[in-house]
Amino acid sequence: MTTFIQQLINGLSVGSIYALIALGYTMVYGIIKLINFAHGDVFMAGAFVAYFSYTGLHLGFFGSLVVSMAACAVLGVVIERFAYRPLRKSTRIAALITAIGVSLFLENAGIITVGAQARGYPNMLPDTAFNLGGVTVSTKQIGIIALTVVMMVILQYIVHRTKIGKAMRAVAYDPEAAQLMGIDVDRTISFTFAIGSALAAAAGVVYGAYYSAIDPLMGIMPGLKAFIAAVLGGIGIIPGAMVGGLVLGLIETLVQSLGFSLWRDAVAFALLILILLIKPEGLFGKHAREKV
Amino acid sequence: MTGMNANGRAAKSSRWTFWVWIAAGLVLYAVLGLLIDSGVIDSYMSLIVYQMCLNVILAVSLNLINGFTGQFSIGHAGFAGVGAYTSAVMTAKMHLPFPAALLVACVFTAFIGLLIGIPTLRLKGDYLAITTLGFGQIIQVVLINLQYVGGAAGMTVHKETNFTWLYFAALITVAVIANFVRSRHGRACIAVRENEVAAEMMGINVTYYKVLAFTIGALFAGLAGALAAHTFYFIKPTSYGFLQSFNILVIVVLGGLGSITGSILGAVVLTLITALLQDYPQWQMVIYSLILILIMIFRPQGLMGTKEFRLSSIGLGRRRDGHAAP
Amino acid sequence: MPLLEMDRVTCVFGGLRAVSGVSLHLNQGELVGLIGPNGAGKTTIFNLLTGVYAPSEGRIQFDGESLVGRAPWRINKAGIARTFQNIRLFSDMTVLDNVKIAYHNHVRHGVFSSILRLPNHFRGEREIEDKAMAFLSIFHLEGKKDEMAKNLPYGEQRRLEIARALATQPRLLLLDEPAAGMNPQETRELMELIRFIRERFSLTILLIEHDMSLVMGICERIYVLDHGTVIAQGTPEEIRSNPKVIEAYLGEVTS
Repeated sequence: MTTFIQQLINGLSVGSIYALIALGYTMVYGIIKLINFAHGDVFMAGAFVAYFSYTGLHLGFFGSLVVSMAACAVLGVVIERFAYRPLRKSTRIAALITAIGVSLFLENAGIITVGAQARGYPNMLPDTAFNLGGVTVSTKQIGIIALTVVMMVILQYIVHRTKIGKAMRAVAYDPEAAQLMGIDVDRTISFTFAIGSALAAAAGVVYGAYYSAIDPLMGIMPGLKAFIAAVLGGIGIIPGAMVGGLVLGLIETLVQSLGFSLWRDAVAFALLILILLIKPEGLFGKHAREKV
Repeated sequence: MTGMNANGRAAKSSRWTFWVWIAAGLVLYAVLGLLIDSGVIDSYMSLIVYQMCLNVILAVSLNLINGFTGQFSIGHAGFAGVGAYTSAVMTAKMHLPFPAALLVACVFTAFIGLLIGIPTLRLKGDYLAITTLGFGQIIQVVLINLQYVGGAAGMTVHKETNFTWLYFAALITVAVIANFVRSRHGRACIAVRENEVAAEMMGINVTYYKVLAFTIGALFAGLAGALAAHTFYFIKPTSYGFLQSFNILVIVVLGGLGSITGSILGAVVLTLITALLQDYPQWQMVIYSLILILIMIFRPQGLMGTKEFRLSSIGLGRRRDGHAAP
Repeated sequence: MPLLEMDRVTCVFGGLRAVSGVSLHLNQGELVGLIGPNGAGKTTIFNLLTGVYAPSEGRIQFDGESLVGRAPWRINKAGIARTFQNIRLFSDMTVLDNVKIAYHNHVRHGVFSSILRLPNHFRGEREIEDKAMAFLSIFHLEGKKDEMAKNLPYGEQRRLEIARALATQPRLLLLDEPAAGMNPQETRELMELIRFIRERFSLTILLIEHDMSLVMGICERIYVLDHGTVIAQGTPEEIRSNPKVIEAYLGEVTS
């Protein structure tokens, strides 16, 4: 039982990271129907910005987090403005290829600027372990889960209670109608990228703090996993991304604890394929049929 | 009827152009072979030529899936991996002669393609893309976990190929796919790309043609993988990951989705760029990704679009009335 | 026996009854109209007839055989062809190739024949080409055969779509708003074309159309659909004076 609870806590910690990244994926997909492949690399950029703010500028954990989120928000907006916006009227495949291109660009530009080797991440969060009846919980884990919950609450507030949130939902529902209602679609899409990227940055910081090492290619796997999480929860659905991330984290931890850690990634992708084949709308999605 | 005469001419001329292209291919073979034998193309440069041949096979076969049939696959290197490992097991473990191993590799990879294609090709667009990516990753993980073939460390095989093998493999690939594309079967594939619902209402068995294109594409990717394994005589799972799939995709997109001659051109150009930048792999990837983004924004149809380089465009061959190019 | 018969067909999408208990039939050689306000379920009926959607309940029989559960391409082979409300040409293919697709199932040469360029490949391809050319000339499109379909003017795109559907040699043709976006002159030409192909290919035609002059002008019988059910049927004269029909249309105007 204690092992189970232990794995549950570990799974939730990993899952929180996936969830934070998945939120950005799902918001962007919801609004422009694009799998933003570069999202995982924005996550990577976030980890690095915080790394340099912490070690170089001595901004402390929260200062670094805020700087990193702000920087990535700008990065996300820039990517959308220069790479995706010119393609908004072209095919989805063209946009997807571009997204893959942006992703590889960020990864390799990262290698050129900071080097390919992994670097140790500073201990930004206090790391004390508590032993609660055989279950070890670290302050890091509590911090990660708490941070994720806070971000989620803020996001829900923005999407459901603010004007820009309403605009986001309107554009996601029907961009043309939204435009006719006087909503600035371009600005709304930029804002969506900004929020999604800021969340990815937060995930990057958390990831660095949790795994204590970062490198320019660190975004690939978590990015893909977060996409799986978003699909699992129903792509375009914000709470779905959250649940999908946590579920995926738990499944992976389970696979690992059963001694199949080498197969972990294969299991995640098999899960993705299964969902897409059996219930492509995800756990929370509604089935949409193509109009003929 | 004048229309009839024109059509008769078109059919005859398409029969004729096929052989002109084959003859041109043989001449190119003779020239390149001579240059390699005489040492004008040194051993380093001949490796580049080998890689070009392999990239032509990979790109043309991926183009059949992505460009002509419009089914977006980004796991093509996974199939190359299946072919490479199958052939390696056949020669290194089963001690089969190389041609037999090549055949087994092609058939087995086509079978895997069929197996993956049947369930996944129901998906569309970016969902299909992400699924093929997933399968590519799964193939890689499976290879890493198979100790029989050396796991993550990879395995060594014999060198079995030479320029003739690679060149003719590329030539056959191009001929087969070009012939397929310029037939009622290829037209059916293009119709599926253009409008699935309409194609189905024209009596085209859409699923059949999607799976067929996917399987043929996988078969030739397997061929390229098997040849590569026995050309560079060392294989490891990480050679068949997403980045390699991406490289093939860049070639196809650069050349033009739906243009075979475009893919050949793209393969030659990108292999040269890769060779020039091989000491700076990260710059290579930065340049690749920028090429890709810029093409998509400014010339989404690639170098050739869906057009083909035709004999008539350089004054060879007669003006044709039909559309059966080249 | 009617050529086509729908018997109490219902089609439900996630709780919404798009089509509810619709029965209709077409006799051999008839030209029948299907009208009704937007969202009445007209196109859904076409999608049911062509296998794009499967009915939740009811029977659909074509020439004595059930169409339920058959794939669209099999239904086409059985002898039903259609056009689409929003034109669905193969835009990046030539006009000639658009029509060639229709002959896909009329020749036999297999994949290997084509790959190896065996004689029956050339025979088959030539047959397709000759037939397609002959067909294009019927529709006065032979001069545009090498043009990309997307580059044709709107009216010719409609014409090509009809030609392409007819080239599959159907017995029943379903036309989904063929006059949409046409001016009165073009609509008159379209009426002529429909009359002509009906004679020439001894077709049975089911036509969805909003243009009343066209429907009343050429249809022998008309079904009126509203909210997924048939509210009236009869000759154009009967439909014109039917109070239910008038109400359905006036209702649409006021709401």
